Amino acid sequence: MAEVAPPEAERERFVLSVDGLEALLVALRGDGWRLMGPTVRDGAIDHAEIRGVADLPRGMTEVQEAGTYRLARREDGAFFGYAVGPRSWKQLLFVPKLRLFRAHRQEDGFQVEPESTEPPRLALIGARSCDLHAIAVQDRTFLEGPYKDPDYAARRERLFVVAVNCGQAGGTCFCVSMRTGPRATSGFDVALTELLEGGHRFLAEPGSERGAALLARVGAIPAREPDARAADAVVERTAQSMGRAMDTTDIKGLLYRNQEHPRWDNVSERCLGCTNCTLVCPTCFCSSVEDTTDLVGGVAERSRRWDSCFTLDHSYLHGGSVRHSIRSRYRQWLTHKVASWWDQFGTSGCIGCGRCITWCPVGIDITEEVAAIRATDGARPGA
Amino acid sequence: MARRKKPSLAVWKFASCDGCQLTLLDLEDELLALADAVHIAYFAEATSTALKGPYDLSLVDGSITTPADAVRIREVRRASRYLVSIGACATAGGIQALRNFRDVREFLSTVYAKPEYIETLATSTAIADHVPVDFELRGCPIDKRQLLEVLSAFLNGRRPNIPAHSVCVECKLRGNVCVMVTGTPCLGPVTHAGCGALCPTYHRGCYGCFGPMEAPNTPSLARAFQAAGRSETELVRSFRNFNANAPAFREESERHDE
Repeated sequence: MAEVAPPEAERERFVLSVDGLEALLVALRGDGWRLMGPTVRDGAIDHAEIRGVADLPRGMTEVQEAGTYRLARREDGAFFGYAVGPRSWKQLLFVPKLRLFRAHRQEDGFQVEPESTEPPRLALIGARSCDLHAIAVQDRTFLEGPYKDPDYAARRERLFVVAVNCGQAGGTCFCVSMRTGPRATSGFDVALTELLEGGHRFLAEPGSERGAALLARVGAIPAREPDARAADAVVERTAQSMGRAMDTTDIKGLLYRNQEHPRWDNVSERCLGCTNCTLVCPTCFCSSVEDTTDLVGGVAERSRRWDSCFTLDHSYLHGGSVRHSIRSRYRQWLTHKVASWWDQFGTSGCIGCGRCITWCPVGIDITEEVAAIRATDGARPGA
Repeated sequence: MARRKKPSLAVWKFASCDGCQLTLLDLEDELLALADAVHIAYFAEATSTALKGPYDLSLVDGSITTPADAVRIREVRRASRYLVSIGACATAGGIQALRNFRDVREFLSTVYAKPEYIETLATSTAIADHVPVDFELRGCPIDKRQLLEVLSAFLNGRRPNIPAHSVCVECKLRGNVCVMVTGTPCLGPVTHAGCGALCPTYHRGCYGCFGPMEAPNTPSLARAFQAAGRSETELVRSFRNFNANAPAFREESERHDE
C-alpha cells in the first residue's frame, strides 16, 4: 500500500526521460512486480499486463461521449495521451469472480477446504487521480468497516502505484467537480506528468520512500523550475477542459427531497437495467454469493461474483424483488452513489471518472440527471 | 449417506433441430457421472431403450406446432414429476415461431405439393403455453454448463443457479470491452444471460439467442439501434429471431413492422 505522501510543497520533483520510463518499468519488473498498464485492446485503451513502454498506447487517444467510445490517433507520440479506459483497477482488487471455499462430503458430514490466496504483486502503471480516489473509496467499504474483506486486503497490500497526472480530459470526465483530480495528490508511489513540448519527458514526483528510491535508481534528475511549471500547466489545462461538470451543492439534500421527482420516470424510459454503469463504476461494490454442487453432491463450492443493484435478484426478498421497476433501481443507484454514500461511508461514491456515462449503451448521463433534478427541485409527478 | 434409488430421466423431442438434446451428449467430461447419477429411461437421440414412466425428471426440447404434439405434451407432463423445458423452441417457440407473424396456410400452399396432407397448428408455441413447467432453460442452443447446473440442482434438491440478468453482466465478468459503445449494435442489454457473452467476446453484437432478460427495456435499446442507423426492417429482424415469440421481443418487433 502506498505510504502517506508528504505535503506537496515539500516534495522534491524530478525529470525522467523516455528511456528513464523504460528503466523504471524494467526496474519494477526486476523487483518482482507484475506491470498492469494501459494498452490498446479490442478498440479501447484498457488495462492489461504490459512488459515495457513498447506496450503502452503511444500516439493513441480516445474520443468519449455519452454512450460512445472511439479510439483515435494523436500526432505527438504521447504514451499517456488518453483519459480513462473501460475498466478501472477495481477488477484487480475486488475481483469479478472469487471462489470462497470448497466443501467435500465425508462419512459423517463435510470438510471445508478454505481458499488460500497469495495474490500477485501488481504495479499499476498510469493510474489516474480519479481512480486512486476510487481505490480510497473502496478501502472504506472493504477495509475500514467492522468487517474486513481478506481477499481485497491481501491484494491491496501488494500494490505499487505509478500515477499519471492527466494531460487531457475525456469528454465525460468531471473530476474537477468531485474534487478528485486531475492531479494525483495521494495514494501513489510515483506520479508522472507527461511533458511533450521542449523534448518528450516526464516530471516525476515521489509519493513514498520506495517511490523516491526507485526514481533515484533509474536516473531521474532534480527538476528545474521551468519543468515544474510546465507540468503544472499541463494539469491546469486539463482541469480547464473537463467534458462534464456536476454541481454538488447540497447534493444529499437535493436527492433526498426529490425521491418522487418526475425525472425518475423520464430516466426509466431510457434506462436498460443492464447493469453496465455499476460494473464499470470503480466504487460499486455489490456482489452475490452463489453455491453450486457437483452432480452427485460430493463437492460443493461457494463463490462470489460481481452483482449489481440493477438486477431483480439483488433486491429479492421473501415474496419478490423490492425494487421491481427500473425507476426504483435507477433512483436507488444514483441516490446511493452521490447522496447516501455520504451517510454510509463519509464520502461521495462518485469520483467523476465518467465511465457510467461513456459505457451506458444508451448514454444516460449522471451529470445530466442530477442537473435536471436540480433545475426543477421539488417537482412532483404530474406537476 | 445412502442415496435413494437413482432418479429416472427422460428427454423428449418436439418441433426442434435436436441441438439442445444433443447438448446433453456434449457433456463429454460429465457424461459418465451423469449416467451414474440418473437412470436414463427415455432418450431417443441416445438409445432405443424406452422405459415406461413415470419419470422423475423430463427434459423437453422443441415447441408445439401440431395438434398431435399439443396432446402429447400433456401426456409427458402427466408422466413427469419435474418438467424442464430446454432451449429457445421449448421456451419461446423457436425460429419456427416466425409463422406466428404470417398466415400459415399460405406457407403450406407454397411449400407442399399436397398441403391437405399436412396437419399443423397456426402457431409455434412454448411448452409453458400448454402445460405447467418447473423450470425453463434458455438458449439457442442451451449452454452445456447451464444444463449441468440444472441437472445438478435437480439431483441435489436445490434451486438452479441460472441468473436472469442481461448478457452485459457476463461481458463485464469476462472483462470484455463493450461492443455497443465501441460501435456495434448489440442485443446484450436486453438479452438473458447464459451463453457467457459468446458473440461480444468475439467482437460481434449479441443476437439474442437466450431471449429476453428479466424486465427488458426493448424500446430504449431499439431507439439506440435507430440512432446507430438501423432501419425499421433491420429492427424487426433483430428482435424476430430464435426467440421471436417471446413476449418482449415479439412486442418490440411488432412496433417496427408496419
